[in-house]
Amino acid sequence: MDLYEHQGKEIFAHHGISLPPAAVAETPEEARRAAERFGGRAAVKVQVQIGGRGKGGGIVLARSPEEAEEAARGMFERGFGGMAVTRVLVESLVEIASEFYAALTLDRSRGTYIAMVSSKGGVDVEEIARTDPDAIRRVPVDPRIGLKAYQVRYLTGHLPEEARRGTASLLPKLYDVLIASDATLVEVNPMALLRDGSVIPLDAKVTVDDNALSRQPEVAALRSSFPVDPTQARANEKGLQYVKLDGEVGIIGNGAGLVMSTLDVVTQAGGRPANFLDVGGGASAEMMATSLEVVLSDPAVRSVMVNIFGGITRGEVVARGLLDALERVDADMPIVVRLDGTNAEEGRRILKEAANPRIVPASTMLEAADRAVELARISPDGVHG
Amino acid sequence: MSILIDETTRLLVQGITGKEGAFHTLRNRAYGTNVVAGVTPGKGGQDVDGIPVYETVAEAVDATGADTSLIFVPARFAADALYEAAGSGLELLVLVTEGIPVLDMVSAVGYLRGTSSVLLGGNCPGLISPGKANVGIIPGEICMRGSVGLISRSGTLTYQIVHELTQRGIGQSTCVGMGGDPVHGIGFVDALRRFEADPETESVVVIGEIGGSDEEQAAAFISQEMTKPVVAYVAGLSAPAGKRMGHAGAIVTGSSGTARAKVDAFEAAGVRVGRNPTEVAALVAA
Repeated sequence: MDLYEHQGKEIFAHHGISLPPAAVAETPEEARRAAERFGGRAAVKVQVQIGGRGKGGGIVLARSPEEAEEAARGMFERGFGGMAVTRVLVESLVEIASEFYAALTLDRSRGTYIAMVSSKGGVDVEEIARTDPDAIRRVPVDPRIGLKAYQVRYLTGHLPEEARRGTASLLPKLYDVLIASDATLVEVNPMALLRDGSVIPLDAKVTVDDNALSRQPEVAALRSSFPVDPTQARANEKGLQYVKLDGEVGIIGNGAGLVMSTLDVVTQAGGRPANFLDVGGGASAEMMATSLEVVLSDPAVRSVMVNIFGGITRGEVVARGLLDALERVDADMPIVVRLDGTNAEEGRRILKEAANPRIVPASTMLEAADRAVELARISPDGVHG
Repeated sequence: MSILIDETTRLLVQGITGKEGAFHTLRNRAYGTNVVAGVTPGKGGQDVDGIPVYETVAEAVDATGADTSLIFVPARFAADALYEAAGSGLELLVLVTEGIPVLDMVSAVGYLRGTSSVLLGGNCPGLISPGKANVGIIPGEICMRGSVGLISRSGTLTYQIVHELTQRGIGQSTCVGMGGDPVHGIGFVDALRRFEADPETESVVVIGEIGGSDEEQAAAFISQEMTKPVVAYVAGLSAPAGKRMGHAGAIVTGSSGTARAKVDAFEAAGVRVGRNPTEVAALVAA
């Protein structure tokens, strides 16, 4: 779960990290009043769950409360990166001497955490990693022993003398945030050396491990502040993984890898997937029915491809679920069904006997993709025919 | 031969009395796996269809000589189950449990490096050496004994590709599902090294997907150390680019994590890449 900057910073503050005075604003007027409190000049920062704000116009330096109000209004009206904006952070301006970069994250290939400090900060730290790798010092961190003082000395050793002490005091606190919040990413870009000699985070990117939310109730509660798509919310409630895409061939499959592969074969057949939907393992008839309802709630869908390989999931259960769903859902588009694996023959027999005209059986994954794409072109309203 | 498990494997199941644990234990036994014991705290002295249940792994190992553990315990107990199994010197730990916090896995994987135990998973379907032993939830009936080794990050996609191989009459030495979690046990490189050394394995199929850099590392290993032919598949070529929070992930891996980048890495290493599961089987047959 990706947190908003202000949420990350609130966690930072709990761990004793100094930050510029700031206020969250949910209206342009609130943004103006906050800027007034900070003496008129302030940074207005869009709160979204993606990066790239600096380059994308998501951070505006306002020279007056009116400018802050105007900047916030623009953000609320335009959104950012295709996402709705419901709040901005108005932050008091600080006197920056120089900027650096610090991050703690997972090193998947080593199966451990890694701490990194770059002597060059700013937006293009990935470019720095490519062109000037020596600017970034990294150390693996074993949570069984923690981030040690010698590691901090190494991580800060290439920074200018005046920035070392402040960074050395900040890093252990960022590590505390990582572990105490079950985060998989704590990134500070930029980390600023101020004219008064202190080193503070000007940004906070915190990603919390979804698998740990059950033991992080306070962090999990932040979820309510994020925008939700109603269809997605309904799918998640039923334990389905659903992602809306831009195409016209609805997809239902079991297992993330197989569903991804199904999107690929539909694309290779010349179609465009309308969604990703994983019913998971051991799907019940009820879950199949809900899946179909969710996929068909997208008005762009012209045909559906159901691709089930039964391991724990049983073919006859899938077949009954589909038939049951068709009783409940008003669907007039073709549903191409490909079943294999556990009890697939039984499932195919049930579908054949039901002889529902909307169900189109297919014997292989590729045949199913071809049929679904072909049928999507012959739309019920004739527009796409 | 085969890798990691065979007809001599003596299997213990941690969490044997749970619904899933009991179901798959009996399926594994019906396949021919030698299931010697189960462990569930509080249920020592009971049995699951004749398989004795013990309070602790240590007691189970003492009594039965188990050498491999299959783990079905709930996520919050998973790391403890690993520590307990490693403490009793079990050689292979197969962790099926999903939803384990990353911090728990980082600690456990770090700890296991200092022991003789090898971990597969978590969040994995397990592994099967067809005709010899099945440890986990892979449906045995779709497999066939033969000489193709298979290692995969996915579950059902693995079944699909195994099914396509079997339908063409191509059997498998061992099929390994490493699971999709970011921090895990045996990975592509470890499995490839074992397949390269296994006399029964003549070629290998590697099944990857978007995210991380496991495939890029596999490609580098293949070009440097593999003599056996390898066919790869990467799911997610048409997946939309995910939203990204920060830069740290890209800096650590040096990879974009896209399916395209992974396919390119495999092809640069001389690995043939199928565009879909059917093409993968065709390439293996070629």
